[in-house]
Amino acid sequence: MASLVLTAPQNLLARTAAELVSKHGGVDRQRRLRDEGAELGFSPEVWAEMADLGWLGIPFAEEHGGLGMGMAETVLITEAMGRGLAPEPFVSAVVFAGGLLADAGDAEQRAAWLPPLIDGEERLAPALLEAGSRYGLDRVETRAQANGDGWSISGEKVQVVGGVGADGFLIAARTEASDDGLTLFLVPAAADGLEVVAQHRVDSRNSAIVRLSDVQVAAGAVLGDVGGGLEPLGRAVDRATVAICGEMLGLMTESFERTIEYLRSRSQFGVLIGTFQALKHRAAKMFIEIELSRSTVMAAARALDEGSDDTELQVSNAKARCSDALILVTNEALQMHGGIGMTDEHDIGLFMKRARALEFAFGDAAFHRQRFARLRGF
Amino acid sequence: MSDLSAFRDEARTWVEANAPDFLRGRASDPNAWASGGRKAPFIYPESRDWLLAAADRGLSVPTWPEQYGGAGLSRDEAAVLHEEIGRLALPLPLTGFGYSMIGPTLLDHGTQAQRAEHLPKIARGEIRWCQGYSEPNAGSDLASLATSAVRDGDFYVINGQKIWTSGADQADWIFMLVRTNPDVKKQRGITFILVDMASPGVEVRPIRLISGASPFCETFFHDVRTPVHQVIGEVNGGWTVAKALLGHERTSIGGMGRGGARASLPDLARDYVGVDEMGRIDDPAIRERVTQCEMDAMSYGLTIRRHGDGLEAGHKPGPESSMFKYYGTELNMRREELMLSIRGPQALGWEGEGFEPAELNQTRTWLRSRANSIEGGTSEIQLNIIAKRVLGLPD
Repeated sequence: MASLVLTAPQNLLARTAAELVSKHGGVDRQRRLRDEGAELGFSPEVWAEMADLGWLGIPFAEEHGGLGMGMAETVLITEAMGRGLAPEPFVSAVVFAGGLLADAGDAEQRAAWLPPLIDGEERLAPALLEAGSRYGLDRVETRAQANGDGWSISGEKVQVVGGVGADGFLIAARTEASDDGLTLFLVPAAADGLEVVAQHRVDSRNSAIVRLSDVQVAAGAVLGDVGGGLEPLGRAVDRATVAICGEMLGLMTESFERTIEYLRSRSQFGVLIGTFQALKHRAAKMFIEIELSRSTVMAAARALDEGSDDTELQVSNAKARCSDALILVTNEALQMHGGIGMTDEHDIGLFMKRARALEFAFGDAAFHRQRFARLRGF
Repeated sequence: MSDLSAFRDEARTWVEANAPDFLRGRASDPNAWASGGRKAPFIYPESRDWLLAAADRGLSVPTWPEQYGGAGLSRDEAAVLHEEIGRLALPLPLTGFGYSMIGPTLLDHGTQAQRAEHLPKIARGEIRWCQGYSEPNAGSDLASLATSAVRDGDFYVINGQKIWTSGADQADWIFMLVRTNPDVKKQRGITFILVDMASPGVEVRPIRLISGASPFCETFFHDVRTPVHQVIGEVNGGWTVAKALLGHERTSIGGMGRGGARASLPDLARDYVGVDEMGRIDDPAIRERVTQCEMDAMSYGLTIRRHGDGLEAGHKPGPESSMFKYYGTELNMRREELMLSIRGPQALGWEGEGFEPAELNQTRTWLRSRANSIEGGTSEIQLNIIAKRVLGLPD
């Protein structure tokens, strides 16, 4: 495995990402977007700037117009976004949808969708979850019926991240011939019979219900093979999971550092509360959990980049660890801030709300422990 | 990379050619591990052959410079060598405090003459070392130690008592902390000094523990004389050396968390708990705990690796050893507790019939493991160090 230390260019990328996020207002921007009830839930000008910097092309090969960087770099971007609660749909549109398209799509599909995605002109959103899906990628009831040369798709997807304002959706559906498999479709948002309804989640991010009633698509809308969607989908989910882990790392580091700062400045009983051993020991344990989390994220990103045999184990190890650590840290952060942490005015609550959305993205800790156990044959 | 794979071939060939057949597969047998020394016999003569074969090539202390009995290997090369040794489930050729603690400390803080005097004897297993840090009234508050050393010409005269001196009854030399100035802030009056255990006035009494074993001793010093050239570092500057050595000790104790050559938890669980029709450990609660332990060990191993990669890249070592000591020992103790749960009533054996040797051994290793979070600075002390030195929380 490549070294678990950042190279000089990676350090530079991480710094640039942090600067971009703070230049646009950091956590205050997330708060403002929420208060304004912004329909998109993110800032188009930040998205455009990310495109200018080339970041929307980070995971794509140079032949597809991307920068040809790997997950090791991708997690540096998502970590910086996590630290400042930047709400741009980078993971869903670029890492997940774009990555899936680059992996499973044919030359024509890639040529049609990747350049505008990389340029920031058009956005894709993966539409996978259904009300009954929980974390099962194959728990899909949306159906696609053969209709002449094309398909007719009906069903309902929920919590489609980045779904509001997306130009196209990647939709997983069952076909008659593939009851045991899944078929992936690329569906333009403008298709007749496709309706997008904004959803409101605890983290105030862009999220939508996508309803499909007899949406007609051509044969060329199928991504990869009919009935063969589960495999590329699994790979895309693993990459997106690790990108999410990067964001979790950013959230836990930021909420932890803010809490340590509070312990060093808040006085009670005439002394700084950071002198209390009851708090010191909990802070030290959180520090260790964050250090362990960072190692697992770096290792999982490198495993994906190198195509290691143990990639899936590393991914599940990272997601389980980050989920547990992030919940611990954000809950403790609130407790250590005391009453002020419960107020909407204080930022800790924003971190805590986003933390839950990340915890449940692509499977929580228990789900990934089960997956780890299954892979290792326990 | 290609250099390392060439080195791996070389290491593999050497291990295959030199490791005694008897020791292969015995990594989990504590009797197979050798610390050397004048007094302590090798329990298996093959351990001596293995040690000497390694020492002839500098491979008993692979990263030490050649002039002091090592092979001058890089950290990566040494890791490869140890992987090749582990591949045959062999014990390392040499273990003990000389190898893991005083050796690295002399390399960092000793003079050339001190290194030349002591290191080659450690490398060849001629001298075994023990550690004189704790005292009856200086445990977690180590710097309050009271054993005194008073200068008398070319000698220091030592009086006092040390406790928890591991293996003092089998050791040839002791590295110890003594008070050379009682009139300054406690950390500033401590000196790090080496003493021959055969000196007149040294008395050792083993302490019997809950495991029935006596790995620790009380060690008494009555007017023990040791030459002034056995002071390591500055007189009254011993606390700096002591902390550096504690770093090596914590890393070494913390290393146990990785599991290494230990029995496989999932295999043990399959044996004792059984498997369901799908081949899974037939108890969801045990299965969950096994999984958590394995994932924690993996994350911990990655963190040690990341730390090592950082050192390689020129990062300065910090107080990370406290993190490793804390997490590694807590993890090892959880593992021992889990192995008890897995074996159930069969983990209760003390001696005699009705229990397998591995089960009897389990009882003892579990009891022994309870000291992990106490020795080398308690878990609470490690958390204090992290809070203060890493997080900058106020006193």
